[in-house]
Amino acid sequence: MATVEVPKEQKVEPTTPAPAPSKPKTITLRISRFNPSEHAETKFEEFKIPVQKWTTVLEAILYVKQSLDHSVAVRYSCRQASCGSCGMKINGKPRLACYTKVSELESNVITVEPMNNFPIIRDLAVDFKQLFSTHKKMKPFIINEESEVQPGTKEFVQTPKDLEKFLQFSYCIKCGLCNSACPTMATDKSFIGPQGLAQAYRYTADNRDQGKKDRLKIVDQSHGIWRCHFAGSCSDVCPKGVDPAMAIQLLRGYMLGFRK
Amino acid sequence: MAEQFSNREGIKGMINPTRYGLHRVAYWLQRLSGLGLLAYLIGHIYETSTILNGKAAWNNMLSLTETPGGHLVLVLVIGMCVFHTGNGIRLMISEGGKGVGKPGQPEYPYRASSLNSKQRLCIWVSIALAALAMMYGAGVLFGN
Repeated sequence: MATVEVPKEQKVEPTTPAPAPSKPKTITLRISRFNPSEHAETKFEEFKIPVQKWTTVLEAILYVKQSLDHSVAVRYSCRQASCGSCGMKINGKPRLACYTKVSELESNVITVEPMNNFPIIRDLAVDFKQLFSTHKKMKPFIINEESEVQPGTKEFVQTPKDLEKFLQFSYCIKCGLCNSACPTMATDKSFIGPQGLAQAYRYTADNRDQGKKDRLKIVDQSHGIWRCHFAGSCSDVCPKGVDPAMAIQLLRGYMLGFRK
Repeated sequence: MAEQFSNREGIKGMINPTRYGLHRVAYWLQRLSGLGLLAYLIGHIYETSTILNGKAAWNNMLSLTETPGGHLVLVLVIGMCVFHTGNGIRLMISEGGKGVGKPGQPEYPYRASSLNSKQRLCIWVSIALAALAMMYGAGVLFGN
């Protein structure tokens, strides 16, 4: 019978010392609280919470919900900047809570508020009704009478260059940060907003689409594209690199006849 | 209550230039200088119209405007005029879809092409030209 020799345990000296576990830091999280059915105005509640260098603002809020006050209202879903649910004002600027680390804010006090220019449902959750309805008004689909799904028809030819003209703008996750940062949205409640205008450009620039005339007519109104003054704040806050300010200027290029 | 519920920032949020970088500052300066120039235009029409009331009224008006305070206002007007023109040309070109970059595949950390270095340079040049014009104007007005 063959025997298997079990090697004796050897003490191996580590060549590099193991990294010391980082100590959690305590920060103050100020959460804006407002319930339209109960409160007349917003108030802030402060919570002391432990954070690590990788802790996101969303995780900090969820810590409060789990351990300190379960009544805090916050909308979130994917936790990876894909769903666009957790947009809020963090230390005065619209950001995605799941995409913002506490450490990058370089402050021991983090203030979270609901996004501006959206009605508050409760606490940090805002109403996206207007954003979605404006998005729908832009006809966010390919308008083409020759459907490629009919038998006997070919697929639409699209080169990588054609794709590049609109791809960037199709990454919009409808988080609403751009509308929240826009100075025109701050004063004009009927303004289409950077999100809607960028989507109008996304489909207009698509070479499969034939709805350019319709969309240009929709945005060419008193609360439409001409209300944008290129402050660039929408592009500054966009977490997906959509650059709505560029889309709006390019769309205006079509309207002014500089682009075909 | 209704305003609280809609959570719109209003004029206070619109004129706040501190949160979104140089482009937002330029937006704020453009609006401010536009309003300033409009106020100056109205004031200037009023000032020059006093000549219709005779030489005494005109001299009376000059005694108000031909003062260090009046010259300071003119220096500000020169600055506003130059910045508004320089930045306005940048905006007119950009709003036609020129100089805002080309669409492409966005890559982390997602710096917006429309807020590119050429745009920033144009804003800084407008500010620098306004400052130079103000210095020259102050030299002429206060030099004599």
